[in-house]
Amino acid sequence: MLTILLGILEEGLVYGIMALGVYITYKILDFPDLSVDGTFPLGGAVTAILIVSGVNPVLTLVISFFAGAVAGVITGLIHVKLKVRDLLSGIIMMTALYSINLRIAGRANLSIFSKESIFENFVWDKLIPDFFSPYLVVSLLFFIIVIMKLLLDLYLKTRSGYLLRAVGDNEALVTSLAKDKGTVKILGLAIANALVALAGSIYAQMSGFFEISLGTGTIVIGLASVIIGTNIFKRFTYFKATTAVIIGAILYKACVSFAISLGMEASDLKLITATLFLVILIVSNERKRRVKGNA
Amino acid sequence: MLELRNINKYYNPGTINEMCLFRDFNLTILDQEFVSVVGSNGSGKTSMLNIICGSIPTDQGSIIVNQTDITTMSEFKRLRKIGRVYQNPAMGTCPSMTILENMSLADNKGQSFNLRWGTNKKRIERYKESLKSLNLGLEDKLDVTVGALSGGQRQAMALLMATMTPIEFLILDEHTAALDPKTAELIMELTDRIVKEKKLTTIMVTHNLRYAVEYGNRLLMMHQGNVVIDQAGNNKRTLKIEDILDKFNEISIECGN
Repeated sequence: MLTILLGILEEGLVYGIMALGVYITYKILDFPDLSVDGTFPLGGAVTAILIVSGVNPVLTLVISFFAGAVAGVITGLIHVKLKVRDLLSGIIMMTALYSINLRIAGRANLSIFSKESIFENFVWDKLIPDFFSPYLVVSLLFFIIVIMKLLLDLYLKTRSGYLLRAVGDNEALVTSLAKDKGTVKILGLAIANALVALAGSIYAQMSGFFEISLGTGTIVIGLASVIIGTNIFKRFTYFKATTAVIIGAILYKACVSFAISLGMEASDLKLITATLFLVILIVSNERKRRVKGNA
Repeated sequence: MLELRNINKYYNPGTINEMCLFRDFNLTILDQEFVSVVGSNGSGKTSMLNIICGSIPTDQGSIIVNQTDITTMSEFKRLRKIGRVYQNPAMGTCPSMTILENMSLADNKGQSFNLRWGTNKKRIERYKESLKSLNLGLEDKLDVTVGALSGGQRQAMALLMATMTPIEFLILDEHTAALDPKTAELIMELTDRIVKEKKLTTIMVTHNLRYAVEYGNRLLMMHQGNVVIDQAGNNKRTLKIEDILDKFNEISIECGN
């Protein structure tokens, strides 16, 4: 039971970091960014190949973060400068990244199981007593996600963050403020995809391998987390949306794991993912309609 | 001074729906003029504003501000010196951000949007004061999101935000058209006060002939891309609605309105 719970928390927290990125594009920018299906494994590919070549695992987090940012910038440039629709820009980037990820990793599977990672290295071996080691991954993830969440919260309170929120809310106002709305969107996509790639990096280190189909359905998990989180915690104004999104990711992973425990096969995972997302969409629509009906 | 020189503007060029809106259109607006622009639908009022702001391109001609040609300058760069209020009150504010955040955004116009705090706490008193001048009680609702305000309150905020930082031109695009008569009156009075206080060069498109006559120091009536009435100075001051109504009816009948 405890292992299942830990498993849910671990997965939920990793995908929570990814969901923070999706929150930026989907909720703040109002941009359905499918490139996350490519940037999540991008983080994994970059991390796997770097760790195999002996780079410090912590450094791979930083490099993955920036790799994701670059991918986000390219999605943004395709959309803003080449005037391709938002959804298509993401699809183009996602498809291109599939091959790019293969190139980076050199093959479809790359194991880093025996290598050191941020979760398994000689520092932890010495420092962490045995009884705590099952909780090490969760604690580390919790630490990382809290830092990311706080940084994001802080950023959204800066002038640049205000502008980011404004561009999703009302593009015309950003133009009125004599700022190029395209640049702001590109910046938003960069931050979002950086967070997603960071999550991909952590995921690869946690699971001990990179696998090319790692990213399939990332956007669905991200959207589901954002929608669950923001819908459940709508009434609690003292909960920041970022917190809600992270809890949403954990709840979502719990639902998936519950479905599997009911006897579904692990190979049905993506089917469960998609079906659950559909259910969430329908339920949140239902809520909206009811609220309107009462108004 | 703002000059439109030999502007040509076609809609749907190269198709059977091709329509020439402006042919060799010229207009000069002097500093501190408050120009009210009236005219039937499709007469080119809003297109003129869009051309000035750079929201739509021209086919020919040049736009000159204080001897500088800005014809190829992008919209967002032009708006550095222009404040614009739209017909739709939602266009001038961010609905999901609070009143305070909206005021802060507007206050930072012209500065770099970097990693400094979005809201400068020292400026809050200033914001409160200017909100107080609206007499809408918004100064006590700083943490309320703008989406929760009424159209009139939002438009008042939009006007305040558009004129908060130093600008040269104020562009008003039927900015009272979506409001109820009483609120519209309030917004017009506010507009007049701000324009006089800040000595702004203003272009106001309106469908309300009374506002056009009552406010401003120059009146233009447009019809099919041409200026058919242009009165300024004393002529404008003594102008009555009846004087322009005949002309207005004439051009409206011509259009079948």
